[in-house]
Amino acid sequence: MNLDFGFFNWNLVQSFVLKGLLFSVELTIIAMLGGIAIGTIVALMRLSAKPWLVWPAAAYVNVLRSIPLVMVILWFFLLIPLLLGRPLGAEASAIVTFTVFEAAYYSEIMRAGIQSVPKGQVSAGYAVGMTYSQCMRLIVLPQAFRNMLPVLLTQTIILFQDTSLVYAIGAYDLLKGFEVAGKNFNRPVETYLVAAIVYFVICFSLSMSVRRLQKKIAIIR
Amino acid sequence: MGKWDWQVFLRDTGGGETYLHWMMSAWGWTISVAVLSLIVALVFGSVMGILRTTPNRFLVFIGNAWTELFRNIPLLVQIFLWYHVIPAIFLSLRNVPSFVLVVFALGFFTSARIAEQVRAGIQSLPRGQSYAGLATGLTLVQTYRYVLLPVAYRIIIPPLTSESMNIIKNTSVAFAVSIAELTMFAMQAQEETSRGIEIYLAVTGLYFISAFAVNRIAALIERRVQIPGMLGAK
Repeated sequence: MNLDFGFFNWNLVQSFVLKGLLFSVELTIIAMLGGIAIGTIVALMRLSAKPWLVWPAAAYVNVLRSIPLVMVILWFFLLIPLLLGRPLGAEASAIVTFTVFEAAYYSEIMRAGIQSVPKGQVSAGYAVGMTYSQCMRLIVLPQAFRNMLPVLLTQTIILFQDTSLVYAIGAYDLLKGFEVAGKNFNRPVETYLVAAIVYFVICFSLSMSVRRLQKKIAIIR
Repeated sequence: MGKWDWQVFLRDTGGGETYLHWMMSAWGWTISVAVLSLIVALVFGSVMGILRTTPNRFLVFIGNAWTELFRNIPLLVQIFLWYHVIPAIFLSLRNVPSFVLVVFALGFFTSARIAEQVRAGIQSLPRGQSYAGLATGLTLVQTYRYVLLPVAYRIIIPPLTSESMNIIKNTSVAFAVSIAELTMFAMQAQEETSRGIEIYLAVTGLYFISAFAVNRIAALIERRVQIPGMLGAK
């Protein structure tokens, strides 16, 4: 079979692909910010001394990490309308799902980051009269966050790749954009190939920048 | 939400079998895809990981390129490449069943991660190990075979365990090319019976059991092959 990329033009990109790319990026950014926020709280719960905080946090992380993401997407798509009492669009459902799901993974990263801060830092904070929340907010979390920045960003690249799985509920993301274009022009082979190249270029350049950042941070420390 | 209706699993699918039968055969597909992909991933991941630690720059480049290629494209897109693109370009592959294509897609995707573990495992060994091997007159291949790899593989059993558990989870992406595995079953049975919660609970439970089984088998292997006197050995 001969490949023919002649039908690719700006018009096609604008009418099919751009919309999907925007949603994929939006989903990635919201799930990253929300996931890191919830994940940090869950990590603090897991590291607390109170069993009634540790137990639910550990269950949250372990349960979500043992279920395939596709199943989690399907679960939320089934349950959210039942809880809300009205249907929710695939895109909105995906945003909720990814935020909750990624929080489990980000929380493990933040937990490692918090544990990487020397104990003396916390003792010093208490010694100068800080409360627990001041200690965490002003001393521990900024350091934990900076130590873990490369890992958090690597997880975000994985998150961006995983957004393609909203295919399961038919949300319109980058991959879907290429698929619809391929169906319209009856050239699925070329569009899937270009989709793969686009994902590769985005993810490869992002991971290269993370690697550069990692080297920079290593020098500072 | 109404009451539970677990009898849904005893209903007939319309094809002369119950939903329970269908789910068990779907579980079988999930396990088959996972096991075969893991074999593919271990073979290619090991070769590529080893290449990345050799003194030859060209071989290192091949190993690195392989890892970057399969790590930076989403699994679902890779599955579509194997399913739609490769048979269209290489016409001789047109009659290969989609099951085989998915096994290679998932296997190659995971091989990039395993290559990374294998490389890290080999590089975690003291440099003196390979020097000593070469100094006693072993060839490079023999040094890998008898000195480096036996220890490196034991070191990386824990990350390989979590990759094996990931492979079970990742088989769910095969629904996209209509492999009759658990997720495909969950989607179709949910639609046909409208008892989504019961169906999803059962399927999620089976994923749990499968991942737990992999975890136990790996722990058993780890205990059997541990080197007395090393950290972690009892």
